Amino acid sequence: MTEDRLSVTFAALADPTRRAILARLAKGEATVTELAKPFDLSLPGVSKHLKVLQRAGLITQSRSAQWRPCRIESERLKEASEWVGEYRRFWDESFQNLETVLKDLMKEKKSDEAKRRGNDAED
Amino acid sequence: MPKTEYVIEPGKQEITSTVVLDAPRELVFQAYTDPKLFAKWWGPRGYENRIEKFDCRPGGEWRVTQVTPDGAEYGFRGVTHDVTTNERICQTFEFLGVPGHVALQTATFEPVGNKTRVVAHVVFQSVMDRDGMVASGMQRGADESMERLAELLAK
Repeated sequence: MTEDRLSVTFAALADPTRRAILARLAKGEATVTELAKPFDLSLPGVSKHLKVLQRAGLITQSRSAQWRPCRIESERLKEASEWVGEYRRFWDESFQNLETVLKDLMKEKKSDEAKRRGNDAED
Repeated sequence: MPKTEYVIEPGKQEITSTVVLDAPRELVFQAYTDPKLFAKWWGPRGYENRIEKFDCRPGGEWRVTQVTPDGAEYGFRGVTHDVTTNERICQTFEFLGVPGHVALQTATFEPVGNKTRVVAHVVFQSVMDRDGMVASGMQRGADESMERLAELLAK
């Protein structure tokens, strides 16, 4: 995957209407008319969004059938979600590790203080 | 377990991660700046950090090699630009797998009672750098289900 492709995917996903269209297509194929209805969009309006999604490789439109249904292409979405997922995993786990390190540090500090207090009492 | 919030907006060249850690900020700052401590936490579980250089003073260089569980090595380096004790660290960051693409990362530490809010802000040189940096060093192979996709769409 080139970096640029990922940017195009993210740009396509930036729009809430386009995400809603994808969510609808995740349930199955739909025609442009069917997609326009729930979003209260004109046919040219929905076509514009579909073109962006198509260019990003997120959907394909069948050429054979007369009603030309749209279909979701999960591969590209997977790439995008893997990228974000990987970054999150790196930092989620880093911060979990960090909290363990901090807990140990606090324990050390407490036992040092206890020792010091013990020594003071002996003096 | 700490919950980290990420802001990764499409078309932007930055990432902001925010987490609240259950420790006073002096200790969080120590864990960020003491190489022995830093090596213990930076990176996913099972990764080892080899600290080649770790100078957290302004102008100081840092260089860390991360070794994955299957032995792959990833090098990172940068220079500390500015440090305010217990409050803020500002450094450059470069993944040696794609040299020349330098990011600027700033970590700020704010006290929240006895806890500490860490805000890590990274600015890349371009959107492509941001989207490409992690992609180039990431492992793929995990064949993800449609669940992940649904998660992404729900956002």
